[in-house]
Amino acid sequence: MQAALSFYGTAVGKKMVVAVTGLFLFLFLLIHMLGNLQLFAGPEALNHYAAFLHSKPVLVWGFRVLVAGAFALHILATLQLFLQNLGARPVPYRVKRTVEIDYSSRTMIWSGPLVLLFLLYHLLHLTVGSVHPDFSAGDVYRNVVTAFSLWPVAAVYIGANLLLGFHLKHGLWSWFQTLGLAHPRYNRWRNCFAWLLALLLATGNIAMPVAVLAGWVD
Amino acid sequence: MKLTLHIWRQRDRGDRGRFVTYRLDDVSPHMSFLEMLDVLNEQLVGRGEEPVAFDHDCREGICGACGVVINGLPHGGFPGTTTCQLHMRHFQDGDEITVEPWRSKAFPVIKDLVVDRSALDRIAQAGGFISVRTGSAPEANSVPGPKEAADLAMDAAECIGCGACVAACPNGAAMLFTAAKISHLGLLPQGQPERERRARNMVSAMQREGFGACTNYRECEAACPKRISINFIARMNRDFLKASLLHGRERGGKRQAR
Ligand code: HEM
Ligand code: FES
Repeated sequence: MQAALSFYGTAVGKKMVVAVTGLFLFLFLLIHMLGNLQLFAGPEALNHYAAFLHSKPVLVWGFRVLVAGAFALHILATLQLFLQNLGARPVPYRVKRTVEIDYSSRTMIWSGPLVLLFLLYHLLHLTVGSVHPDFSAGDVYRNVVTAFSLWPVAAVYIGANLLLGFHLKHGLWSWFQTLGLAHPRYNRWRNCFAWLLALLLATGNIAMPVAVLAGWVD
Repeated sequence: MKLTLHIWRQRDRGDRGRFVTYRLDDVSPHMSFLEMLDVLNEQLVGRGEEPVAFDHDCREGICGACGVVINGLPHGGFPGTTTCQLHMRHFQDGDEITVEPWRSKAFPVIKDLVVDRSALDRIAQAGGFISVRTGSAPEANSVPGPKEAADLAMDAAECIGCGACVAACPNGAAMLFTAAKISHLGLLPQGQPERERRARNMVSAMQREGFGACTNYRECEAACPKRISINFIARMNRDFLKASLLHGRERGGKRQAR
């Protein structure tokens, strides 16, 4: 306990908690996406998959608890680090230029909370159904198609997943660096890896609202 | 050439400080940045004003004393260059130049452009040493070590402790400095006995000084006048993780009751 506290008491320790929980959340999202892509296989496939999940409450609730825990730790640690950073430069520079920072890395602290807001909406929308205009429990396929037929809803899903892609483009690269996985021989692949997986997740998720809007799925 | 300088002036730690604008008419492009400030100071003293205080010592890029932020970048942002090695030929006639001290909670301004960087010394004291027996110098070749590790240790050892990494980091983190010091000793055979303790103690010391946390922006690496790589930060993280996981667990040398 003492050891865990002194580990978490340092910026490096907190950052490692962010990295491990971030990777876990990413892996969850990947599985979630692969499952949902059965939208393209038709109503039976998707509804059958949903029914299968609901017949395994231990599995579903186990995942929910783990994901919620990972979210809580991820947010707690990033918030603490953010506050630490705010305090580290009480007098700002009058002129400050940067050389390496890109859009993704600069906006982590905004893309994260926005994704969280979206997630809450998404849960009320397609899990609970309370903000869905025409929700019928069990018919996941229909719920998704009617939801995305409204272009503002589809736009929110597309926008949120673009943000998530940016979050992951920096996050997945960061993941290696934070956990000390660096070697000149492999370093250039870390960025490719981050780009590829961020793109994979974002396009996979965005494909669904786009397909409904375009009328490829109905 | 003619220059307009906006320089941070602050009487002492308690003073709030302000920018003051100065004009210089006769700057030679062959001067170093510090020589340009010397010329300004001669004029100020001639007019009976207080000269601009700035830190410097070797003026050849090896002591790490001379850091200031020039137009928004530490040491002016030229690759592998300290302020004392920066020449005025990189500027143009008529340029406006803003000169500020390092800004960090851990580096209080002492006067004008001079900051107190002893926070870095305290991090080094927490683990930047090896325990050696005193006595006559040992035979140089009696401790074998791989050439690659020695080269890498030398790359880390190039850190002159100037603090540009902290000044450049949008979070005011001191990761690159600390990582360089941890790696420099951790790569050498003589640094092994304290390796894990060193990583834990120096990372904790960094926390106590009020520096920020790394978000992998890589600004430190770009600002470092010795071009030290953030690979050392990954190495520090690795050492710290290992030390934290294994801390106090290495007691399996005797058969234990189950
Ligand atoms: C939706 C799921 C999310 C995933 C998959 C995810 C993934 C990641 C990953 C992999 C990292 C990099 C860890 C590292 O620095 O080594 C990261 C960092 C971060 N995340 Fe998330 N994250 C998610 C949601 C959030 C949320 C909801 C927030 C905020 C409320 C957030 C805020 C941050 C911040 C501030 C960082 C640190 C950025 C930095 O150090 O530059 N993330 N995330
Ligand atoms: S004065 Fe020594 S490094 Fe510049």
